[in-house]
Amino acid sequence: MKHLLSAADLTVDEIVAILDLSDEMALVNQRENRKLPTLRNKTVVNLFFEDSTRTRISFEIAAKRLSADLINFSAKGSSVSKGESLKDTVQTLAASGVDAFVVRHSASGAPFNLAHRGWIDTPIINAGDGTHEHPTQALLDAMTIRERIFGLGNTKGKTLNGIRVMIVGDIAHSRVARSNFHLLTTLGAEVHLVAPPTLMPGGFGIHKHYDFDDALQSVKPDVVMMLRVQLERMSASFFPSESEYHRTWGLTSERFYRLDEKTSIMHPGPMNRGLEISSIAADSAQSTILQQVANGINVRMAVLYSLISGEKVVSE
Amino acid sequence: MNSFVLKNAQLSDGQIADIKISSGVIAEIGSNLSAETQIDCAGLIALPGFVDLHTHLREPGYEASETVLTGTQSAALGGFTAVHAMANTDPVADTAGVVEQIRSLGIEAGYVDVFPIGAVTVGLEGKQLAELGAMANSKAAVKVFSDDGKCVSDPLLMRRALEYVKAFGGVIAQHAQEPRLTVGAQMNAGVVSSELGLAGWPAVAEESIIARDVLLAEHVGSRIHICHLSTKGSVEIVRWAKSRGINVTAEVTPHHLLLTDELARTYDPIYKVNPPLRTEQDVLALREALVDGTIDIIATDHAPHPIEAKDCEWNAAAFGMVGLETAASVAQLVLIESGKSDWARLASVLSSKPAQIANDSEHGEIAVGRKANIAIIDPKVQRKIARATASKSLNNPYVDRELPGAVVHTIYNGRFTVKNGALQNKEEIA
Repeated sequence: MKHLLSAADLTVDEIVAILDLSDEMALVNQRENRKLPTLRNKTVVNLFFEDSTRTRISFEIAAKRLSADLINFSAKGSSVSKGESLKDTVQTLAASGVDAFVVRHSASGAPFNLAHRGWIDTPIINAGDGTHEHPTQALLDAMTIRERIFGLGNTKGKTLNGIRVMIVGDIAHSRVARSNFHLLTTLGAEVHLVAPPTLMPGGFGIHKHYDFDDALQSVKPDVVMMLRVQLERMSASFFPSESEYHRTWGLTSERFYRLDEKTSIMHPGPMNRGLEISSIAADSAQSTILQQVANGINVRMAVLYSLISGEKVVSE
Repeated sequence: MNSFVLKNAQLSDGQIADIKISSGVIAEIGSNLSAETQIDCAGLIALPGFVDLHTHLREPGYEASETVLTGTQSAALGGFTAVHAMANTDPVADTAGVVEQIRSLGIEAGYVDVFPIGAVTVGLEGKQLAELGAMANSKAAVKVFSDDGKCVSDPLLMRRALEYVKAFGGVIAQHAQEPRLTVGAQMNAGVVSSELGLAGWPAVAEESIIARDVLLAEHVGSRIHICHLSTKGSVEIVRWAKSRGINVTAEVTPHHLLLTDELARTYDPIYKVNPPLRTEQDVLALREALVDGTIDIIATDHAPHPIEAKDCEWNAAAFGMVGLETAASVAQLVLIESGKSDWARLASVLSSKPAQIANDSEHGEIAVGRKANIAIIDPKVQRKIARATASKSLNNPYVDRELPGAVVHTIYNGRFTVKNGALQNKEEIA
């Protein structure tokens, strides 16, 4: 594996190996000395063409815990008309000697272009491209689900066979949903999608629901994953109002109380409290939201390590 | 070479004949004709020179992409003897002055007839009719009007345009794209766009405009031409309109007959085009419609762009692909190699019918007394498509594909613009 571009590219063995390695990284992160010397003298560039604090910082911490030199590069927008092109930007940086690029870009496919257009020959990690994918988010979500289902210390080698995951919200525009759909499905989970019809994309399996309450009752999910809603979707008439969205597709306190108490509640953040998720649900013991943040660092360490150190995660 | 004979060429109806050309005109068609110069055309097919109803020559304004000279050289290599230059130049071809300038640049270049298409609305802005009559009565004698690149989306303006051009026998060529349904659109809306996370351009955005406009054409008793029809549903609407007696003609591009949206999975914007590449089902429906006559013509929508407009991420890239030098090969693949049609149909879709739609009286037919505008094809060649063409731009989606047939000679007004596959230089054609 030279690049991490799409969760759809990963086999079940590759995913399990990355998750097992992430579990080991979690142990490192609990030590007093949390730093590994593994990527000493390696340079990682956080190449962010879109605003992001959480993901950028998560990658930054992960790279630093592995002793890599981390450079943050932020640029707003990128097109021929607006300053330097994507190609020129990465070629310039790559010429300075870079061992991996972590790329966030508003254009779907931009990391794929960096990996495959022959512009540079550097490992690319997709940190979110447009409305396409966000594979490390899916990995950290899978790691979190494994911990919740099997318990800490009991996850090694485990898949998610038969686990029912329900993803709720703006599926159509969500890179988190796309990556999770592919990755969790590959791991054997049954992925259900709940969205208003205006925000439900074509494809993506057969488990699609427009009625959140019916879906909760019939599916009895092990995990409910709420997606962030962009308010600009409302002005573009995907749904009529915030209050209708909250009532119909939000994890309201009423829906939260009806959930089985073993059901985990996930959110990739940042949350709109009172819109897609009620505070009662977000702050409950069933919420995994902060565990997801911590696991973000663990899986990003595992991914950086696998791609840059050149050591295979999966034995062939 | 004032007088010469093309020996033993196969005509589009299948018969083998000699064609004698004198002083730029077809003097005689028959057997055992002779002249000082004889050109052996045994095994080759002589078709009326191709007429492209949809070419972007980019001049004036975008000479980094193409000029009238380079675009018409590419056209000649593709067997064309006439091209219709779309109006989205800078300045826009929306006045008599601009269309006359384009017409004269074409004459100066000398490779094909360049017929400027006039904009329907001022600046292609869809707000106010351009001076259509002034363009029609100019030296460029514009007959085809289009805001191509943009849709004339205002129904009232479209209705007026359709009515108004009846005064001088003009036709509106509509780029059918409902703008509100295609805000930010990047590729065909479907399963592939969902998976790739690229904003979709739904078929209904094309079909709803075609449906509206054929009804408008019927209402005002005008004819209408539909540019680059790309979906199965559009085919069904045009078929229905024709069965109802509505005076509609439709074009399809070579790329919509061959390529599908699966190519977007490469995220390589060489495959980004407007309207977008559609599904396999659409391609099959378009091919069938071309064979059965629902679609009247092939037009290239040759759309050159500089390298940097494609050497970038998908969203930032320009829409469009070149196509003049591969159009006849794609037509041969779809009509001849498929076994579904014949050379007469190919001559119709690439020459006589587009000439008829645009009233190009000197094109579209190999007949005694007509100007000698002829394309000679070798149908047996299989060629691997190279990236570079005579076009100034390299956005060629067919690179490394094997396509059948090659243009051997192109004769424009009795002179070879292309001979033995090679472009002739200006002195030779002048």
